[in-house]
Amino acid sequence: MSATLVAAGGSTPTLRRPSYAKYVGGRVLGALGSLAFVLVVNFFLFRVLPGDPARTLGRGRFRTEEQLEAFRATYGLDQPLPQQFLTFLKNTLTGDLGVSLRYRVPVSELILDRLWPTLLLVGTSTLLATIIGIYLGMVSAWNRGKTVDRVWTGSTLTLYSMPEWWLGLLLIATLAVGFGPVPGMFPTGGLHSVDADPGTFGYVLDTAWHLALPVTTLTLAYLADYALIMRSSLLDEIGEDYLVTARAKGLRDLQVRRRHAVPNALLPTTTLVAINLGFVVSGAITIETIFSIPGLGLLATEALSIPDYWVLQGVFLVASAAVILANLLANLLYGLLDPRVRT
Amino acid sequence: MTTTPLSARQIGRRRRNEALRRTWAEFRSHRSGLVGLVVLGGFILVALLAPVLADSDGLSVTRATGGVLEGPSAEFPLGTDDNGRSVLTLLIWGARISLFVGLLATAISMVIGTLVGLTSGFFEGWPGRILFRLTEWFLVIPFLPLALVLASVLGRSLLNIALVIGVASWPGTALLIRSQTLSIKERPYLDRARVLGAGRWHLMSRHVLPNVMPMVFANTTLTVAIAILTETTLSFLGLGDPTRVSWGSMLDDAFTVGAMTTGAWWFIVPPGVCVVLVVLSFTLVGQALEEVVNPRLRRR
Repeated sequence: MSATLVAAGGSTPTLRRPSYAKYVGGRVLGALGSLAFVLVVNFFLFRVLPGDPARTLGRGRFRTEEQLEAFRATYGLDQPLPQQFLTFLKNTLTGDLGVSLRYRVPVSELILDRLWPTLLLVGTSTLLATIIGIYLGMVSAWNRGKTVDRVWTGSTLTLYSMPEWWLGLLLIATLAVGFGPVPGMFPTGGLHSVDADPGTFGYVLDTAWHLALPVTTLTLAYLADYALIMRSSLLDEIGEDYLVTARAKGLRDLQVRRRHAVPNALLPTTTLVAINLGFVVSGAITIETIFSIPGLGLLATEALSIPDYWVLQGVFLVASAAVILANLLANLLYGLLDPRVRT
Repeated sequence: MTTTPLSARQIGRRRRNEALRRTWAEFRSHRSGLVGLVVLGGFILVALLAPVLADSDGLSVTRATGGVLEGPSAEFPLGTDDNGRSVLTLLIWGARISLFVGLLATAISMVIGTLVGLTSGFFEGWPGRILFRLTEWFLVIPFLPLALVLASVLGRSLLNIALVIGVASWPGTALLIRSQTLSIKERPYLDRARVLGAGRWHLMSRHVLPNVMPMVFANTTLTVAIAILTETTLSFLGLGDPTRVSWGSMLDDAFTVGAMTTGAWWFIVPPGVCVVLVVLSFTLVGQALEEVVNPRLRRR
């Protein structure tokens, strides 16, 4: 419906797909809409939900009416709601996310500080999970119904059904603490040893040693998704006519798979990887908690117990923005790889 | 002339029974789905029979009879927790809470998702478009952070946890139902019904909804799995009802007292295994159902 007739060369009309630029424009607008929506949700979640925000935010810390008034004045809660919303918008857009009730430092600083461990943890795990997951999915699909397929699909389904932090607890109990004949080989938590010297090669090794278990846990948790989607999208491709054509041309099975089936089956997987990248914070929350890695996830769970609302709000905002950005990226990538979706 | 003509209602009932029988026959051919169903049945039975299987006194911290984190013995087949309560008793009663919250959350998510999906697919024009936009917007809000924020704002109770999970998980269902509605809407028999004078409400409730229902049902089973996983995670993070024992809250306790560093495996392994078994069973049953209602998937 959006394929447009364009007069090419002035005489013969040709059918042309909508341009990529237009597609990009539409997607960017959509992402901006989502972002605006997230801002609105963010504002209302913390101000309009049941009860007096000052009381909720202060959670019993204020005894007198004056203290409440002072608190309201500090956070601008005494102003009318539209005014509050404008202030909130202005602050958020200028990077002012409030001050942490616990650490007494600006939330934006806190978040920037905690961003790197999370990115390191989740980035490494995603990379590993993508490679291993796609490989496992391919092996399963080629050997559909055979023992290899049964074993891999069974294991990936079990991994998929497992709370990833429980797997982490098991790994801590066996490989970090040591259980029975298995000696403890890895640290139980943290990102560095106390005595590690930043900037040296030993420091890098030390970090890798500390990240081994958390990265393993997250990789196992993620790869289930990728393996399952890769398997099913490859199976979708296997029945297609163009593969029969390729084989009829005289290509060997291996070539047909490598050059024709896999690139097409990779499309949905690429999208999934890009979208999952957006869920960095979500994935990191529980894993960082059990391995006490000082990232955004741990920041969020620590904020829960106070509860440190501005930190929670900030993390929530960053988490949503990451998903929106990743979605946009996935769409743009997909539009580039597969012109059919540019509608 | 011996057979009396059947009434419309009788014909309807016969057709429904016939369809159910066919679905069941189809489902039975999926071995993994059947295994999942049996395991699920076991867990549901345990949850229902909890008062018979284990005295609810065993949940009380003050009336606990065992030692702290005692290993498995004849009296406590799965050892004791940090309060001296039998882990097996906690596990049995935890099944109730975990299943209940999972099912309730799914029900909430399904009702919202189906309503939004049906309306946004059925009504073209601005109401449908707005609902679709809203669904898309909700879809990008990351699930766990939203659930954390909601749970911390709403306070800790069973109902709130279910509400949080339900509210955070409906957009996926809504999109599925919408696309299904859109494809059913184009079928000729709907045009026929419209020509015969059927109103929008009749079309939607009598023709579209029954056709979307099997899909909803299969999707529900898969959603329960996710809801139970989320309940476990939220409870593990300390957002569950503090007065009730669920598998997630047991694992939270185990983590807090450092059961994995003291080698108290009986406090960590059983609750997790239960979660995996239940979630896996729901997933297997859901996948089998999906293949039954959507034959296109069958060649996988």
